Amino acid sequence: MYLRLPSKVLERILFFIDSNDDRNSVSLVCKSWFETERLTRKRVFVGNCYAVTPAAVVRRFPKMRSLTLKGKPHFADYNLVPDGWGGYAWPWIEALAAKNPLLEEIRLKRMVVTDECLEMIAASFKNFKSLVLTSCEGFSTDGIAAIASTCRSLRELELRECIVDDLGGDWLSYFPETSTSLVSLDFSCLDSEVKFSDLERLVSRCRNLKSLKLNRAVTLDGLESLLRRAPQLTELGTGSFSDELSPEALSKLSKAISACKQLKSLSGLWDVLPEYLPALYSVCPGLTSLNLSYATVRMTDLVDLLRRCKKLQKLWVMDLIEDKGLQAVATCCKELRELRVFPSEPDLEEPNVALTEQGLVFISEGCQKLESVLYFCVQFTNAALITIARNRPSIKRFRLCVIEPFAPDYKTQEPLDQGFKAIAMGCKDLQRLSVSGLLTDKAFEYIGKHAKNLGMLSIAFAGDSDLMLHHLLSGCKKLRKLEIRDCPFGDTALLENAWKLETMRSLWMSSCFVSFGACKLLSQKMPRLNVEVIDEMYPPETRPESSPVERIYIYRTLAGPRLDMPEFVWTIHKNPEIGVSHLAIK
Amino acid sequence: MAYEKVNELNLKDTELRLGLPGTEEVIQEQEFSCVRSNKRPFESNDEEAREEEASTPPTKTQIVGWPPVRSYRKNNSSVSYVKVSMDGAPYLRKIDLKTYKNYPELLKALENMFKFTIGEYCEREGYKGSGFVPTYEDKDGDWMLVGDVPWDMFSSSCKRLRIMKGSDALALDSAL
Repeated sequence: MYLRLPSKVLERILFFIDSNDDRNSVSLVCKSWFETERLTRKRVFVGNCYAVTPAAVVRRFPKMRSLTLKGKPHFADYNLVPDGWGGYAWPWIEALAAKNPLLEEIRLKRMVVTDECLEMIAASFKNFKSLVLTSCEGFSTDGIAAIASTCRSLRELELRECIVDDLGGDWLSYFPETSTSLVSLDFSCLDSEVKFSDLERLVSRCRNLKSLKLNRAVTLDGLESLLRRAPQLTELGTGSFSDELSPEALSKLSKAISACKQLKSLSGLWDVLPEYLPALYSVCPGLTSLNLSYATVRMTDLVDLLRRCKKLQKLWVMDLIEDKGLQAVATCCKELRELRVFPSEPDLEEPNVALTEQGLVFISEGCQKLESVLYFCVQFTNAALITIARNRPSIKRFRLCVIEPFAPDYKTQEPLDQGFKAIAMGCKDLQRLSVSGLLTDKAFEYIGKHAKNLGMLSIAFAGDSDLMLHHLLSGCKKLRKLEIRDCPFGDTALLENAWKLETMRSLWMSSCFVSFGACKLLSQKMPRLNVEVIDEMYPPETRPESSPVERIYIYRTLAGPRLDMPEFVWTIHKNPEIGVSHLAIK
Repeated sequence: MAYEKVNELNLKDTELRLGLPGTEEVIQEQEFSCVRSNKRPFESNDEEAREEEASTPPTKTQIVGWPPVRSYRKNNSSVSYVKVSMDGAPYLRKIDLKTYKNYPELLKALENMFKFTIGEYCEREGYKGSGFVPTYEDKDGDWMLVGDVPWDMFSSSCKRLRIMKGSDALALDSAL
């Protein structure tokens, strides 16, 4: 007997399915399920804005209410992608404005967003509720003003680490007096001072405001006043924390902070003076997230604060915490899921703090729920990595940056192969890995063999030969993103494993030994890959086929070569007669 | 020409071999690629530049995008170390003044760092008792005695510290 699930029933079931991974699976079952799924998907995620055209996405998901897009490759964060590379939001906004006026949310990461984009958003989407821009650039405070003034139901406006042309603090004053819908406001990356009385009134009237992240220009007095008006906050990013305060003023501030009984997340704290930290003590017992990575505070003061944070799940801190401080955290913060330790002075020739591999070992011993690690350290040992893997097989994201390139295990002088082998074997759910230190091809053999759930891998200054890349591309079944810099592999592994690249989102390689000839061959072999060569000095075709290219970004796409490339990016045509071209539409 | 040399390496690299990074040559090429940052010199008159690169080991500051810290974070970092020298000590140290609350904390830290004792400070006579005198260079380039001005003023204007000792210190003491 042949039974078919009526689409109405399927629709009801899909109502409960939010995960896009699950929805993607549903859409592959058969054509009718594909249809039902696409007509019911509200939140759309596109991990590479060049993998598909805006028109195709808008056409496929007519009921879309939320779009998340990512643009530039991750290594753009470290200045490895030249300005003007691409990642423009405009074509998407334009397509949405034309076909999808009920859109409510736009979330962009590493994209170029102009004031025109923001004005278009404000003008086109009557129900617009949420704008979250992370590491974006290209707009000014005028664009923000347009959003503030026009979007009547705005709930979230978050500018996370964006580079904004700051024309002044007026933008905030564009929120109309009638606007009371804000739930989250983050302007921490802006420099200019906003008109404080307008900020005060905005905060007072937005009774649903839960998350407020101020910029550095907001003073401690200002903070006190705002907190008095918004004790319901669950997330707070303070402004600068170093103004001179009289004891009375400090006491007032403490009181205002302690009134925030629901505070879960605290960040900002720029330049925090150690003597002001006690003002935070009252909220520590409830905190689940604490970002001290801009707080230049010494270990003892940090520990005094952290030992009160028994519920802490996420901690970002600088290496000023030292091993001893991490030992204290391991004892007190038993709920810790995520730890990030940043270098206090990355360019320092001589390390100035007592943070070693031992700090991370302490955490791995004491924090049973640890899942996510980012750790900058001057040097490391295999023994420490092996211990960490044994203690904490639950780790899902492990990013170790040994600051010295090619640094071996400093006790045995051996490569860190065995250490990362232990991580790959022991942490069965490992999804993201960044390796560093001295590594041979063997390390990548281990990773290829054991890291079966690895989705993203970052490599710098490692390996010996093509074997390294071969192990990874042939081994890591779930690899989606691979980014490599300064490694000595060449063409062979890339060409032999070309098929793999269509199963991945993208591959970035810079300062390796991949030749221009190999890029051409790859592009001709693989119709659904864009092979882009980034070279700021010469068009690749002016050089011999065997010469290595500076940077390559390869990604799968249904959209064909992109049309918005700058002059230093070349795409390699599928048609060998055309060769290399540089299509650009201004 | 640089790319010819690289060409040579290309052949070696496609050799499937196992083993530790063997030759110096491999490491040096990697160093070249670090030092070159964004650009690869492809012209023959860069021969000299390459030789220079070979002789000076690359320092960390020459490597673009390393260590991988976002520029947003680098630009917003408020860590600013000042150099501390002590007469007779073989090397300098660095401290971040912002992490200290007051003079006693700073002086104690300096004592620990260099393993010595500072004398007692008094406004009239400076530091008495040990022959060590902490001084600092301020924004105007003048050398001042540590302790005279309020802590905040000091910590924001101090560019470097020098712990003087011996005859220099005595001269300063007697001048006061």
